[in-house]
Amino acid sequence: MPEITYREALRQAIDEEMERDRTVFLLGEEVGEYNGAYKVSMGLLDKYGPERVLDTPITEEGFTGVGIGAACVGLRPIVEWMTFNFSIQALDQVLNNAAKLRHMSGGQFKVPIVFRGPNGPAEYLSSQHSQALQSMFAHIPGLLVVAPATPYDAKGLLKSAIRNDNPVVFLEAELMYAWKGHVPDEEYLIPIGKADIKRNGLDVTIVTYSKPLKIVLDAADILAQEDIDVEVVDLRSLRPIDEETIYKSVRKTNRCVVVDEAWPVCSVGSHVAWLVSKNCFDSLDAPVEVISSEDVPLPYNHRLELACQPSVEKVVKAVKKSLYME
Amino acid sequence: MAEPILMIALSPTMEQGTIARWNKKEGDPVKSGDIICDVETDKATMEYECPEDGILLKIVVANGGKASVGQLIAVIGEKGENVDDLVKQFSTQALSPKHSKSKTAQQEDTKENDSESDVVSKQNAIHRPGGIVKASPLAKRIAKQHGYDLAAIAGTGPGGRIVKRDIESLLKKGSVVSGEASSPVSSTLVDEILPVSGMRKIIAQRLTESKYSAPHYYLKLSIDMGALIGARKALNKSINSTISLNAFLMKFTAEAIKRHPIINSTWKGDTIVKHGSIDIGLAVALPEGLITPIVRNCASKGIIEIDNELRMLIEKAQNNSLAQNEYNGATFTITNLGSYGIEDFTAIINPPGSAILAVGAIIKTPVVAESDELEIKQMMKVSLSSDHRVIDGAVGASFLKDLKDLIENPIRTLY
Repeated sequence: MPEITYREALRQAIDEEMERDRTVFLLGEEVGEYNGAYKVSMGLLDKYGPERVLDTPITEEGFTGVGIGAACVGLRPIVEWMTFNFSIQALDQVLNNAAKLRHMSGGQFKVPIVFRGPNGPAEYLSSQHSQALQSMFAHIPGLLVVAPATPYDAKGLLKSAIRNDNPVVFLEAELMYAWKGHVPDEEYLIPIGKADIKRNGLDVTIVTYSKPLKIVLDAADILAQEDIDVEVVDLRSLRPIDEETIYKSVRKTNRCVVVDEAWPVCSVGSHVAWLVSKNCFDSLDAPVEVISSEDVPLPYNHRLELACQPSVEKVVKAVKKSLYME
Repeated sequence: MAEPILMIALSPTMEQGTIARWNKKEGDPVKSGDIICDVETDKATMEYECPEDGILLKIVVANGGKASVGQLIAVIGEKGENVDDLVKQFSTQALSPKHSKSKTAQQEDTKENDSESDVVSKQNAIHRPGGIVKASPLAKRIAKQHGYDLAAIAGTGPGGRIVKRDIESLLKKGSVVSGEASSPVSSTLVDEILPVSGMRKIIAQRLTESKYSAPHYYLKLSIDMGALIGARKALNKSINSTISLNAFLMKFTAEAIKRHPIINSTWKGDTIVKHGSIDIGLAVALPEGLITPIVRNCASKGIIEIDNELRMLIEKAQNNSLAQNEYNGATFTITNLGSYGIEDFTAIINPPGSAILAVGAIIKTPVVAESDELEIKQMMKVSLSSDHRVIDGAVGASFLKDLKDLIENPIRTLY
């Protein structure tokens, strides 16, 4: 199985779907001539031409609306937002049009569209360009929201997202684009709404998704040296959430730590913590712990920037707390 | 309105408490739930929660002072209220049996209570600030499965929370032998160690306490049940339903108690409480133990009403859903093993009652009639266990004789 980057996995998914289905097209800032701000669309303009790979002006609300309109009349657009920090310009289109039209037209319109791009903090980008905004999208009924953390999951989920008849918000991360992983040559799909156990264990369940998966797996390795056996549930989909996989794991381990790099208030992580507290109440031996980013705009100072985000140390500490080891 | 603050029973066996420390001064505003003082009981120092809002007008029992359950320790009210009358009133009646009854009856009696959080195991209870047993939901579940009493387990989690590992370490200790017993060859020959459930612990404690502290004596006689069986048949036919024999027995017992009210009493050491209401408990067997649901005030209820209540209570008992006041505080108890064919047995008194009636099976028996001829009668043997501290032999005997007369001649109930 070849080892490729997350970026390449996304490119393959888009390429394969564009080749398979002529209604699929890509639009966004710098996706064509510049091959994408993060080089995800490398080579696609050359292959499919300017009719299917569209460079747009810097007008998120405008080109997002164009995409939604195109989806309503039968095309399958992929809208690339250069980052999710800019997606807020287009939030009205997503919230009031993409997420509502199927519902408000009584099913006469469907909106098969993917909104994708990097989300969450990278480094040295300060408060306005370092935001993890998934909570806002996961809050909206009418959307599907996915956040894969490996090249394999990214490719399989993006293909499913493109083929889905509903608007899908697809969360990537700048720091994940270079991550490598094995991806098979043959075609595969990963269903939306299905979590994945990234590590089996008996002592504590850590529920996470997207970029923090890496620190969670690192923490699990450190804990394993102390004979603490961590199970890692990667949500992959944030809407809908695969509740059963979480519950099955927590009912086995009796302890749960949720790691989410978004802010803590009204987040996917806090929602998962509530679900577990409610539905696994009699299985819990300790309160559910939540590791999130600190509840502040992310500082520019690099030391503070890192201190505000989930870290291996914080995860190790939370796991031990749930085991009453500190 | 000035409200009296009384010493309450803060532990199941508490008769008297010592004020360890007042946390509020006279004149301080207090709120419901405030810990107004700490009280040393026979077992531990407990926190006394203020029952209402107001101003602490007067402290009647100072730091270090003792107060019996039911005695006035403080007065709460509005600013400037006169408390003298209230204090005076209590100084004359504080220790009267009638007064202490209502306070102690509920508090004292933790019989057969198996709910996790409020089981108080008298021997093993571990002192916890505020008296709350903290346990993780999982620990509670496992403890229940294995019949552990949480109150007797020391928690190692934060704030003394009982967590899974605490129960597991107990299980490990308890399973040393059963681990060996799992070998298939020897399994039938090896002793099995069973954990003692909360309910069983309480049964053991209460009955041991009763048998050791109350000097029991036993009176037996046989009752001709012919008239009652006839009356029951007629009643069943007229209402097209089946009234249980126990409902009849409860009613007739209540009528006999009315004629001998000392039977319906509780020994308190310095006093004897003669209960106003005849609250008869009926022992009901459950898979994990037994419980005595209570029909209150049997004297003023009809047989059908008693039967309806009994039915409802027994169903609740079998579903483990009896409320504490539905099984706590029987002033008299009936236990009936007739359905097993037991002819005759003696029972241990069920406190706070001072007597228990053990009822055997109704058996056709040859009886020598007054005419010296043999007659076949449906006889039932009963035995009364009484606490001699309260009920003397002659009193018990005349009660039992009246019970027999009432059952044999139901019309006498009206005399």
